[in-house]
Amino acid sequence: MISYIIQRFLASIPVVAMVGLITFVILHLAPGDPAAIIAGEEATKQEIAEIREALGTDKPLYEQFVIWVGNLLRGDLGTSVFSQRSVVQLMLQRVPATLGLAVMAQLMAILIGIPLGVLAAWKARGVIDRLAMVFAVIAFSVPAFWVGFMFIWLFAVNLGIVPVLGYVPFSTDIGLYLRGLVLPSLSIALVAAALLARMTRSIMIEVLSEDYVRTARAKGLAERLVLLRHALKAASIPIVTVIGLSFALLLTGVVVIEVVFAIPGMGRLVVDALIRRDYPIIQGMLMVFSVLYIFVNLLVDIAYAYLDPRIRYQ
Amino acid sequence: MSAQEMELAERQSAISSQKGWRRLLSRTLIGSQRNPTLAFGLAILIVMAVIAIISPFITGEAILTSFEDRLISPSINGFWFGTDNFGRDVYARTMQGSRISLLVGFSVALLVTLFGLIFGLISGYIRVVDNILMRVMDGMMAMPTILLALAIITLLGSSVQNVIIVITIVDTPRMVRIVRGATLSLREQMFVDAAEAVGVPVWRILVFHIAPNTIAAVLVQATFVFAAAILTEAALSFLGAGTPPIIPSWGNIMGEGRQYLQVAFWITFFPGLFLSVTVLAINLAGDGLRDILDPRLRHRG
Repeated sequence: MISYIIQRFLASIPVVAMVGLITFVILHLAPGDPAAIIAGEEATKQEIAEIREALGTDKPLYEQFVIWVGNLLRGDLGTSVFSQRSVVQLMLQRVPATLGLAVMAQLMAILIGIPLGVLAAWKARGVIDRLAMVFAVIAFSVPAFWVGFMFIWLFAVNLGIVPVLGYVPFSTDIGLYLRGLVLPSLSIALVAAALLARMTRSIMIEVLSEDYVRTARAKGLAERLVLLRHALKAASIPIVTVIGLSFALLLTGVVVIEVVFAIPGMGRLVVDALIRRDYPIIQGMLMVFSVLYIFVNLLVDIAYAYLDPRIRYQ
Repeated sequence: MSAQEMELAERQSAISSQKGWRRLLSRTLIGSQRNPTLAFGLAILIVMAVIAIISPFITGEAILTSFEDRLISPSINGFWFGTDNFGRDVYARTMQGSRISLLVGFSVALLVTLFGLIFGLISGYIRVVDNILMRVMDGMMAMPTILLALAIITLLGSSVQNVIIVITIVDTPRMVRIVRGATLSLREQMFVDAAEAVGVPVWRILVFHIAPNTIAAVLVQATFVFAAAILTEAALSFLGAGTPPIIPSWGNIMGEGRQYLQVAFWITFFPGLFLSVTVLAINLAGDGLRDILDPRLRHRG
């Protein structure tokens, strides 16, 4: 198992390196001079040159790349052009909000999607199945930020159950912090839940047609046990992989939903940086989000190997 | 096998590929009658396309009303969808917003299909290219779509053209993977061996023998790219990095209406509703198309 983990870990290094290369190339080879864009239209050549020097973009490209990679390896994502503070520092302040949002949304997606998929597969082509699949295709089609707005309008503006913009920092009150994250988490969880429901359904339908399920039913085992202990246990292995996929949907949702609910998280950091054209932040956050995604999928691979020992020996 | 027989084999393989095209078209047409999902999706999509085409002629002058008409709530007699903070008719803006969504969605689907086929076919057939190209694609697929798109468009600047370019870049890797996967299994087939044996040039094998056989999978994926592109355009425009504010798009209307949610929810409600229904129609059409073209995938997610 340990050798498998090491092997998977090593395999993800080239992907991270490629992400780094793409990030660098995008921001350095794209047309347009970042320094000129930051300086604005009325800047003099002198001012642009100064900004270029501050950004380090006056140096040759290969030298910039070496410096950037060197800094990355030391955990330095650069310095914000706007606030002059380190990107890592700015990011760390934003972690509690985004982490809470991502974890809660992932839990909601699992708790909604998997039971729905199991029920749909159990009575395939029945009423529950039809309704679940209608929910899934609608959830795939509705943008998360619009769902967020409708939630705010319904629950905060009309019903008054929650405050309109309810984010409370973790350190102030844990209960209020969690309550403020319910609606934004649900908004982005729906699409991930839909993905999980559809995949769980198709995996379960396959498993339910296996001989051992028929045997379990034939020997008079309660349907609940057949479904949960025999079928779902076998289906759980491919489902774990789908959870990893659904995490990608959540990461994309986080960026937009933080703007809707005014949550001071990592997604907001990027959007604010875009308006100010703060390139080091954009570059740094692109790296962080991608590495997070690669890391979650590494965990999924490891969980997969843990659940299915055959994988380890391939 | 004599040279003549080989030539015959090559011709037959090309003929069967051409048949594939025709079979595809007839199966889609016949299928839409038997497949209510596809028919329903296509019907909504056609209505949206008609709205997009005729909207400038029926709502042309109604974009900016007077300043006294600010934030009027929707009513049957007055403004159907209400007015926004500048007194602009939300109905007219929503109708015109359909143009950008459909334009961006369709253009991206077309370009992604084109580049996906080019890179996927080459990558699946030529090993050296495959290694390099697939590492780049893996890297791109590890980056969250919206962040990658935001980073690129910040540099290019906001315009409809750049939105199309950026979404094409972020959506292409997945299509490349699908075409490559199909190509890898097709190149093991007898008809490809036969074509190679009689000396058909590589580009002809790719274009006339392999590409036609990937078209079912490509077409299904293209519909999902269409839907995803519309959603991404809306998200970018909502964040103020997509379609410039002078051109109404469902995303930027919602972005502007954001501050007025508490007093005028209709500014965000109607464009979002139209967006959702359009994307739903495309997804339904895609699901229906997949059922017809690839029955093996029917029970998959």
